Amino acid sequence: MSDAIITVENVSKRYLVGHHSRHGQRYTTFRETIVREASEFVGKAVGLVSGRPNVQNADVEEFWALRNVSFEVQQGSVIGIIGPNGAGKSTLLKILSRITPPTEGRILIWGRVASLLEVGTGFHGELTGRENIFLNGAILGMTEREIRKKFDEIVAFAEVERFIDTPVKRYSSGMNVRLAFAVAAHLEPDILIVDEVLAVGDADFQKKCLGKMDDVSRREGRTVLFVSHNMSVIKTLCPTTIWLDRGVVRRQGASPDVIGEYLALVSPSQDRLLKLDDSQRLHKYDDSLRLLSLEWHCDLPLQHGAPIKGRIRFRARMPSYDLVIGIGFANLEGSRVLTYETDFQGGFRPDISQAGEYCVDFAVESLPLAPDVYALDVFCRSSEINSVDYVPAVTQIEVVAGPKTPICIVQHNTGVHLASSWAWANFREGEQPASGARLE
Amino acid sequence: MKELIIIEPERQEHHYWRELWRYRELFRVLAWRDLLVRYKQTALGALWALIRPFLAMVVFTVIFGHILQLPSEGSAPYALMVFAGLLPWTFFATGLSEASNSLVQNAGLINKVYIPWLIVPTATMVVALVDFLLSFCTLFALLIWYRFMPGWQLILLPAFVILTFAASLGPSLWLTSLNVRYRDFRYVIPFVIQFGVYISPIGFSSNLVPDKWRLLYSLNPLVGIIDGFRWCILGGQSQLWLPSLAMSLGVTLFLLWLGIRQFRKMETSFADLI
Repeated sequence: MSDAIITVENVSKRYLVGHHSRHGQRYTTFRETIVREASEFVGKAVGLVSGRPNVQNADVEEFWALRNVSFEVQQGSVIGIIGPNGAGKSTLLKILSRITPPTEGRILIWGRVASLLEVGTGFHGELTGRENIFLNGAILGMTEREIRKKFDEIVAFAEVERFIDTPVKRYSSGMNVRLAFAVAAHLEPDILIVDEVLAVGDADFQKKCLGKMDDVSRREGRTVLFVSHNMSVIKTLCPTTIWLDRGVVRRQGASPDVIGEYLALVSPSQDRLLKLDDSQRLHKYDDSLRLLSLEWHCDLPLQHGAPIKGRIRFRARMPSYDLVIGIGFANLEGSRVLTYETDFQGGFRPDISQAGEYCVDFAVESLPLAPDVYALDVFCRSSEINSVDYVPAVTQIEVVAGPKTPICIVQHNTGVHLASSWAWANFREGEQPASGARLE
Repeated sequence: MKELIIIEPERQEHHYWRELWRYRELFRVLAWRDLLVRYKQTALGALWALIRPFLAMVVFTVIFGHILQLPSEGSAPYALMVFAGLLPWTFFATGLSEASNSLVQNAGLINKVYIPWLIVPTATMVVALVDFLLSFCTLFALLIWYRFMPGWQLILLPAFVILTFAASLGPSLWLTSLNVRYRDFRYVIPFVIQFGVYISPIGFSSNLVPDKWRLLYSLNPLVGIIDGFRWCILGGQSQLWLPSLAMSLGVTLFLLWLGIRQFRKMETSFADLI
């Protein structure tokens, strides 16, 4: 018997995806149509009262989000989980948190589990910060006594002392996130399951959260499972990493090895039209602003030093006069290295006087990105209607060497390289600099 | 010793009720939240719990007692008889409509955390229960106004309160779990409640129903419950017909069993459905 705290044995999860196939059928007579529709209606009604899914007249396709996943986690270890979108990471966390049951397999867990699939779960806008701490704490599995004991610590961590008796609907989004994370950070479960919560808050607060996570695992000896797209964070926090790919464990081992192999293998996209689906967003924003697609109007792969052009399509539900739209390139460790946005030195201001779908075109004369693979982000925001939409890592995009060298070069690891004047320094006071002069 | 959690496709039976007990603190917190939130941003606040049944009583008394001139039970004042019926009805209706929507309203939780979901609709019922207890203030005011003295039967009232709770919880569990998959049920509930006002003996006495139909009429569990409330509150003025009460009890228990069964069957897949 090993001292594994979590044992996952052959876990699979199946989802049924329905496709309506009505177009394929043709009804010959009106009566036949009526009879079919009626029987379908009866079938639906029976399904309705018993809660069974309606599958009449629909092809049901099986989709395996996880397939025979097995692994063990030792007491006190911190495991990173990586993989592209749709690899099954979230499904795995949901099964481990008992939110959804597996279709097959078995998991043994020793101890209390707390899962942070989203910070602020159960927060209620009408309640005050104080009340929400108790509510959120209870939902995450803390007893009232534990919360009372840690109350001051939580409030101090969140830096919201002055507003503790204000309803959280009056909080800024930053305060909301800080309070939510503070509650979560003071949980004392045996096993902590964390999904990408660190993608929120400002840089200082993120640093604080990472520090706390490190504390939780290293000093308090808890077991942590951590999902992130940010490879540098995973490398820092987690000694071991599990790489999920299309529902199966692709590799498991020391983080630097697994991450290195993962980064080498993710292949950049060649699609000219990139659809921005809901599933790609890390958070649910309100839908006043929605990015719909990005279309390249230049050759792919992008060339270093060559022009790039494209069109972003988006939808707005209300007028706005301070819209900002942009794209960003991040290195594969998750840090943004280059941003192009409308809001730059008094540039283009896309005003919207009524709701609807719009397109904006962008053009860059000379792409400074050094040849490499980057992750592409698309975003738009408006402070007037207090709305934002952000799709990180839409796709991996490759930049290849081009015919021209741009004036400015952005490297993924060494930052921006700009032109500057350099010359031999005078080696003696008062003398003209000579070319090729050597110090003697 | 740390406890072992086993996650399998089918949840084990014997853990279920023990786990429910372990989450009793969350039950309390959720009920407390619903209570806090209920009358936020209303000017009159909890007074609404008094106003609504009172106005309904006035309307029913005028229509059934004065315009239609229906008889009361024994020599009890008509308004008092109506109110004794409205008490359990309001509790039933509020509980049913709030609890039936409770899971959908907590959709944000269902996707993100595990708790035994049975506590969510049950905690919501507590809110209806508090409203119900508040409206006893109106009852006492009415008793004083009419100088009416209830009999010894009043001590049996808690039993009928529990029966009302069960009668409301059963269909609520069934509806709330189906509501997760099919939002159609959101539209069914107001209809059921509107309908129920007419088919339950709220504005009139169930004595008006002909004897041969009485047992059939008692298939509506509210009939036995309302009769019970009147019997407790109006003392000797109201007669309790036992077959009707037995029928109510049976139907209530059956619906509760059905509700819990349906809820348990769908519970594990809530996160995939919502």
